[in-house]
Amino acid sequence: MTQPAIVAQDLVKVYDTLTAVDGVSFSVADGECFGVLGPNGAGKSTTIKMVSCFSPITSGSLQVAGFDVRRNPRAVKRVLGLVPQGDNLDTDLPVRKNLEVYARYFNLSPMEAKPRIDEALDLFQLQEKADSKVDDLSGGMKRRLIIARALVNNPSILVLDEPTTGLDPQARHLVWQKLRLLKARGVTMLLSTHYMDEAAHLCDRLVIMHRGKILTHGNPHDLIREHAGENVLELRMDKAGRSPAIAAVRGIPDVAIEEVEDLVYVFGGGETAVRIAAEIGDPHRAFLRPGNLEDVFLRLTGRGLLD
Amino acid sequence: MTAFARKPDLSIGAYRVWQRNRDVLLQLWKSEFAAQLVEPIFVIFALGLGLGQFVVLDNGEDYVQFLAPGILAMFPMFACVFECAWGSYVRLEMQGSYRAVLATPVSIDDIITGEILWGTTRAVLNASYILLVMTVLTPWLHMVQSPLALLVIPAAVIPGLLFAAISICFASIARAMSQFSYFFNLVINPMFWFGGAFFPIDQLPRWAQILGWFVPLAHVTSLYRGLLSGHLHASMLVDLGWLLVATVFFYMLALKGMQRRLVE
Repeated sequence: MTQPAIVAQDLVKVYDTLTAVDGVSFSVADGECFGVLGPNGAGKSTTIKMVSCFSPITSGSLQVAGFDVRRNPRAVKRVLGLVPQGDNLDTDLPVRKNLEVYARYFNLSPMEAKPRIDEALDLFQLQEKADSKVDDLSGGMKRRLIIARALVNNPSILVLDEPTTGLDPQARHLVWQKLRLLKARGVTMLLSTHYMDEAAHLCDRLVIMHRGKILTHGNPHDLIREHAGENVLELRMDKAGRSPAIAAVRGIPDVAIEEVEDLVYVFGGGETAVRIAAEIGDPHRAFLRPGNLEDVFLRLTGRGLLD
Repeated sequence: MTAFARKPDLSIGAYRVWQRNRDVLLQLWKSEFAAQLVEPIFVIFALGLGLGQFVVLDNGEDYVQFLAPGILAMFPMFACVFECAWGSYVRLEMQGSYRAVLATPVSIDDIITGEILWGTTRAVLNASYILLVMTVLTPWLHMVQSPLALLVIPAAVIPGLLFAAISICFASIARAMSQFSYFFNLVINPMFWFGGAFFPIDQLPRWAQILGWFVPLAHVTSLYRGLLSGHLHASMLVDLGWLLVATVFFYMLALKGMQRRLVE
């Protein structure tokens, strides 16, 4: 068994008065895609910043690729590929030159860098744009270029901070496809996102954070089974219409009923939920669907707006 | 104070940052350079010859000769301030390039040192160019009177480092692009007028002389005046020492300011 790619123990980050990360422990295995989920302000980005040596840790310990982030940030950054949240490409340089200059920061010679840059441009379908200005790229292309840039040092760990925020569905699916390909090649990934489908799609394991703490961790399937049940029944009916249905599921062990304004969610209703949906027979009034990660997320972090 | 005096965390990364800026200049040289090349020539002609007709100096020099060291001190300062104040702020806040570079093995101190070395490079290139122009015009305008003037080129490194570091200090505390007008109007412009380029400081009232002693550009002008005329003076060592001390001080302050700005 090789050593884990990332080990965080009792990680704490305090900004002046705010405790952004409050005693977080997790470990990411080699070759794994590990997700960090949470609403805005949960501490995801701060965790990512500590792993990528941007933000010094307040207390606890953090090892990345076997190196201590406090003692050896340069060694950590040498084996890390970082895909930041915002676009920070060098707009003074054309596409290919962006990658060349970036490779040079890793002390790669032009000879070493060239095949990697060609490969990264090919992989992200940017070869024809090699001489374009960065400002002329679409949002999706910029994102692809940023991921391509994160690969020029051949990182063993790829850290992605909300990599598809702001992309249209086509661009997002293309990015996912490339990330799956990288994963298949054995690249370890640490991914922060608030898109649940993204996490379900890519992550082997994940943690859900809230107010600086980890609420739960596990693989997406187990988390869905545990917190949302196999199916979720959504009832969109007035009080009179929905009370017989609620009465029918109330006795089921481990069932959870959540009323949100005009909507009632029945989690873990099992066979009874299937029967109720069939009896009402109108999917606009009683909609049965599989449980998903979004259910888990909303149940654990609450439905209130956080900022 | 211990934090201030800490040893900078430097590596080859500083050179990598310098290389990036060089590559950008090599791409943009047409638009960047042309404007800077003509400006000192205008000043030599407009102030030196135009205004100079009305200025009579005690020692019988032409005004353009008096003006020459000031021009050699000022324009490289502008080149370097433009690069390191405005340019660094754009890379820090607008383009986010510093944060992109920090994801690589390059440290904050590397970035700032690379930027300062680049600003210095621009200053030295600019000083060399102006010296060349002055030398070419010397048969008519007598601005370069001694071969010691060649020493201006290596000497230009020190004010280059100093003005680059001062500019980075300001960029590190600026919160918006609009604040740069304070920097230019309250720091750079007074230096332009009171830096000993246009009139000698030693004929001003005593209080103004004391004030003038704290203007960095005045020491640069004084140093170059000695080199261009070939009349070396012991006070030039004081100028040199003053500049060296100020350079170290502002370099450390620039590192500290950017550490504070970039470490989250």
